[in-house]
Amino acid sequence: MSPEIIIPLLAAAVQSGTPILYATLGEIFTEKSGVLNLGVEGAMIIGALTGFLVSRYTGSPALGFLAAGVAGSLATALHGIVCLWFLGNQVVSGLALTILGAGLANYIGTPFVGLSAPGFSPFAVPFLSSIPFLGPVFFQHDILVYVSYCIPVVMVLFLTRTRFGLSLRAAGEYPAAATATGLNVIAYRWLGIVGGGFFMGLGGAYLSLAYTHLWTTNLTAGRGWIAVALVIFAFWRPGRAVFGAYLFGGIMALQLRMQASGTQISSSILLMLPYALTVFVLVLSSWRKGTSEEPAALGVNVEPTE
Amino acid sequence: MVGIRIVKRQAPLGFWGACLVLFSALLLSLLLSGVLLFLGGTPPIKGIITLFQGAFCSRWALEDSVLKAIPIFLCSLGVAVAFRLKIWNIGAEGQFALGAVGATWVALTFPDWPKFVLLPAMICMAMVAGGAWGFIPALLRQRLKTNEIIVTLMLNYIAILFLDYLVYGVWKDPTSFGFPMTPSFSDQAIVGKIGSSTINWGLAHCLVLGVLVWGFFKYTRIGFEVKAAGDSVRAAKYAGLPYDRLVILVMVMSGALAGWAGFLEASATVNRLQPSIMVGYGYTAIVVAWLARLNPLGIGVASILLAGLRVGVENLQLDLQVPAAFGGILEGLILLTVLAGGFFTYYRFERRKKR
Repeated sequence: MSPEIIIPLLAAAVQSGTPILYATLGEIFTEKSGVLNLGVEGAMIIGALTGFLVSRYTGSPALGFLAAGVAGSLATALHGIVCLWFLGNQVVSGLALTILGAGLANYIGTPFVGLSAPGFSPFAVPFLSSIPFLGPVFFQHDILVYVSYCIPVVMVLFLTRTRFGLSLRAAGEYPAAATATGLNVIAYRWLGIVGGGFFMGLGGAYLSLAYTHLWTTNLTAGRGWIAVALVIFAFWRPGRAVFGAYLFGGIMALQLRMQASGTQISSSILLMLPYALTVFVLVLSSWRKGTSEEPAALGVNVEPTE
Repeated sequence: MVGIRIVKRQAPLGFWGACLVLFSALLLSLLLSGVLLFLGGTPPIKGIITLFQGAFCSRWALEDSVLKAIPIFLCSLGVAVAFRLKIWNIGAEGQFALGAVGATWVALTFPDWPKFVLLPAMICMAMVAGGAWGFIPALLRQRLKTNEIIVTLMLNYIAILFLDYLVYGVWKDPTSFGFPMTPSFSDQAIVGKIGSSTINWGLAHCLVLGVLVWGFFKYTRIGFEVKAAGDSVRAAKYAGLPYDRLVILVMVMSGALAGWAGFLEASATVNRLQPSIMVGYGYTAIVVAWLARLNPLGIGVASILLAGLRVGVENLQLDLQVPAAFGGILEGLILLTVLAGGFFTYYRFERRKKR
């Protein structure tokens, strides 16, 4: 393929991969504290709507973006209440959050379908964007993409180099021992849930504020679930999540281009691609485990001590 | 200082206590959804009354609720079989779609077969197709320890798109004025209605299958093994139970039951295949299974309740212009509150006395 085709495709891959990247990083953060949150899809869609509404009524997309993060945290806090306080099953609670989130977003968002809100526009980073090949692929996007480049680095530093990060991981690896050393495991799991939910909300807001600039029903279209799968594919490492998210961004961009080019292949079949790739990628990553950093106590509730 | 502390119960909460908790959870979720109605500008009490009137308070409404409860019941029965083994089959929606596709293939290919051959053939094909859609994630889990939650969920999306592909493409009725649907089934391929009601004979299928699943867990050796292995995987493996084979078995059973539901929806409810049959029964089934604590009789009661809420929400939409998505809110809230309520099975709150 010639560079005239491949460079825009790769740039589009980065753009459509960004919401998935935010959500995947959020889920990694949550799972590192030992909590499995399958409600990513729900937190994302609530973030998407909140970002849209706040930006529409205040005129400030930046405020909308932040509000979406807060809304994501609030949504996942429900998961926290059910699982951390009431010891509910984490798998089922996450599903409930997905059902509730989709319901809420469509309930509130119905009057806004098809309307637009001020969003983010791309701008080229001086100097960096003029690098051949890499420049147009990575440095001619909107600010949210650039922010997403920094998060994995900050997250790795936080998880491996700070006391809070190490304690959070202890809560996910061996909560009983962590409790014995005097750590408040529940508090760190709250941090994991609410902090992760913040990034999921941001991922949703990327869809409504940068990807489309308007509100439609079912905006997330399973991206939250793809994020859950990518956490496994990434072996719980933020760095590998970047690679995975752009892979999915790539397949989504490719599929859109093929539809637009008027191919003979049915659009239903093309739309299957990301979901089929998810299964494929999961199979691939379960083929060769070994270097995985899956938290040992993932999905296991901590019982209250008397 | 007066506070609250958590105390572990000596013995798990009894039946009536559990009923009370369940009732309180349902009440709480209704209360919360009432608040949301209020915030949306709908009078909440009138809204809730409209909801229940629309669901249960007329013959037509009650029949519609039972009609919708049929597919929900079968999907939920399937989901419950897998959940018993703690296998998280979230894929009822896709297995339902494939079941409808399988049954439709038989109905469109052999429309002239006599009814007593054609209907069983459609059921078999629906079970095979739905079961196969359950078999894939089970095999991946058994061989490669691939996470079945995500695989079943992804297979839902793929199955629904496959159904779309068929009805928008190769199976499309040339006389449908562009609507995505297959031609209507022949009379022999249609499950009829009971007497003069709008309820179809699928209800009888539900009763038989419900009793069979109940008997499977109560009286068969394999059913007992599934229950035992579900309680403790390690103990089951230690006792030499064929855990891997049980995983495959429950997933295939689960898929076959959801596939049967898909058959009924295509054959009895719409008499053809069309995308509008995919309304999320497979996800409602998970709420139902959890509400009923995986008990077949409970699933029967809970599926009528949840089906009723769906019918009630339609009424709410017609009378008070509440968006249809309100149904999702109700289901999500019910599932969350019931989950949280499960806490009181093993724990209770006690007031902490002054020190």
